[in-house]
Amino acid sequence: MADNKPRVKVPKKAAKGEVIAIKTLISHPMESGQRKDKAGNLVPRQIINKFTCEFNGQVVFTCDMDPAVSANPYLEFNVRVDEPGTFKFTWVDDDGSIYEAVNSIAVE
Amino acid sequence: MTITRRQMLGATAGAAVTLAFLPRLALAAAQSTDEAIMAFTKGATPTEGTVSLDTPEIAENGNTVPVGVSVDSPMTADNYVESVLILADGNPNPAVATFHFTALSGVAEAKTRIRLAKTQNVIAVARMNDGSVFIDRKEVKVTIGGCGG
Repeated sequence: MADNKPRVKVPKKAAKGEVIAIKTLISHPMESGQRKDKAGNLVPRQIINKFTCEFNGQVVFTCDMDPAVSANPYLEFNVRVDEPGTFKFTWVDDDGSIYEAVNSIAVE
Repeated sequence: MTITRRQMLGATAGAAVTLAFLPRLALAAAQSTDEAIMAFTKGATPTEGTVSLDTPEIAENGNTVPVGVSVDSPMTADNYVESVLILADGNPNPAVATFHFTALSGVAEAKTRIRLAKTQNVIAVARMNDGSVFIDRKEVKVTIGGCGG
């Protein structure tokens, strides 16, 4: 699916050692596998099951998701930045697709 | 019409079976919630406090219920929160999400949006790097369930 557009909000700059908040949202139906279509058949489960945030190659936050996470999964978390660098965000779909976003931050 | 002894016995037995079966269905969800907690804490019984859940008291739409969790921890390299498990005990499948923090997280706080099938308890279990576990529960009243028909 080409419409799984990730949106990430990271401050452009931060002070050294500051704890910043990061907000992420990705378009995804998060089909729970509980829902039935009009014909009464179960719609097969298809969700994003894992989210990872890396800073300069080091994992800082991950989240395992189950079908109870809402459609267009939203995540807000914090990271302490000691140096300038780049954040890499990865979402893993049940079907094996991987969606990525990259953001850089300056540190004063 | 008179009811024979045989008919009476049959009806009672049938009612007893239904009565015995119904609470078991409700118990199944609660049991799997406890099992999920135990699997997460590796058998330790979590204590109240330290972790706190931020949920609305009433959720009009069970499809997107904002949930926040924060853990009181210095988040240093040798004292930090490893993971926080979020459960909803009234959902068909109680697991919701698991957050994994690191010492680089700064503060152990995360927010997301979840689905709730009906009015129920949302549970957060936090596991520290030294293995101690903490728990918090909040009831959320749901007006429209979020599991689709």
